Amino acid sequence: MTHELKKTALCAACEKAGGKMVDFHGWLLPVQFDSIIAEHKAVREAAGMFDVSHMGQLRIVGKEALHLLQYVSCNIIKSEPAAGTYFHILTEQGTIIDDAIAFCLSTEEFLVVVNAACVDEDFAWFEKQAQAFDVKVTNESAQWGMIALQGPSAVGIADKIIPGVIDLPRFHIQEIELFGVKGYVTRTGYTGEDGVEIMLPNAQIEALWNALLKLGVKPCGLGARDVLRLEAGYLLNGADANQTKTPYEANCGWVVKLTKENFIGKAALEAKKAAGFKTKLKAFKLKTPGVPREGCKVFYQGVEAGTLTSGTFSPLFKGIAVGYVASEIAVGAEVEIEIHGRKVPAEVVKTPFYKNRV
Amino acid sequence: MYNEENCRFLKTHEWAFVEGENAVVGISNHAQEEISDIVFVDLPKVGRTVKVGENCCVIESVKSASEIYAPVSGEIVAVNEALNGDPALVNREPHAGGWLFKIKMADPNEVNALLDLAAYKATIGK
Repeated sequence: MTHELKKTALCAACEKAGGKMVDFHGWLLPVQFDSIIAEHKAVREAAGMFDVSHMGQLRIVGKEALHLLQYVSCNIIKSEPAAGTYFHILTEQGTIIDDAIAFCLSTEEFLVVVNAACVDEDFAWFEKQAQAFDVKVTNESAQWGMIALQGPSAVGIADKIIPGVIDLPRFHIQEIELFGVKGYVTRTGYTGEDGVEIMLPNAQIEALWNALLKLGVKPCGLGARDVLRLEAGYLLNGADANQTKTPYEANCGWVVKLTKENFIGKAALEAKKAAGFKTKLKAFKLKTPGVPREGCKVFYQGVEAGTLTSGTFSPLFKGIAVGYVASEIAVGAEVEIEIHGRKVPAEVVKTPFYKNRV
Repeated sequence: MYNEENCRFLKTHEWAFVEGENAVVGISNHAQEEISDIVFVDLPKVGRTVKVGENCCVIESVKSASEIYAPVSGEIVAVNEALNGDPALVNREPHAGGWLFKIKMADPNEVNALLDLAAYKATIGK
């Protein structure tokens, strides 16, 4: 190892809980505790928690905070206090830098939660764009710890620690005071289940972890998180989305609002959309046993048609994957996925694989 | 059934248990713990000829794929069909019902070149 891995404020707690720690984009994080399958089951049937302290928080404050966000986001950012909006940060070419959620704290203040691997790039991008606006962007990523509490019983459990959170609407944020400090709770997640994500300063996050452990919440790692998010049809930025793909190609056309007056990448997206897209992100389900992985080749009518960007074994659906293939390959089409030199039959299916209860 | 005391090992965690002219092949308890959550075993075809050290089987867990190497040379004469319906047998019984395949040995002396249990344990720091 040539570099020191960054540790979250929950690193020691994860190790103590039996986490198998791995390098994830420069962070030392648990890939699993006892079993990915058991952790997946806990989240689908009860409640599990994930250390997501590596994720980033950017605070945007100022008279033109909303204007800056509308300019950087391809989606229309909601400006009612407490409302959150999922959006993509695009390049001028309309390709994806990151996906994120902007939460409105007030008409002049927003909290933007971004992917860990993109914090520096997102912050630099916002700062660059902010020069034209009356606004201040602060990178608070290093000071926040964050736990994703997910599963059908997650919100009920959260309500024991944060009374009233059960009434927080989906995709909304609430400021909280816990263990004597201020933090935030959002009714969001990356698993396809109901749940909350709780942000507290680093010094207090372990107290929350321990409180949730006492309430019987199962610690879960990145392995289960990846299975859950793929089942739920969520993109993994850096794998399923990157700066060569537009939201349209990434099966996220709904995130783009071309009706919006102006935003970065709009002109490029209009032109690209008019020209059409050669490839699109499609979902696949194996018809016989096997585990598809990122990088596996996809064949259509005997010809190589694309490559998987994510794939896994789902306890619910067996071998599932997504990858970029020719746009015209429709749902229901038969393809083959090459796994360790063996061509395995698969079907193009709709996403999400898992229709959630949220 | 294939008690580890009576097995010989590769550094890559495969074991071989001599049963007449055949070697039964599996993975060690340490290996199944490390791999965890085995969800699919891509077994070799019966009749295939393998050389010692040849990659001839893939064990898939949720998080990764692990290649399995032949501990001895010879012909694959049987595979553990039970793993097709219950791959997690390898996790539960790595030295019994979770065996992978049997090789009819081309040269029974090759087994002597494998690690005994003590030497294998030393390689995994146990």
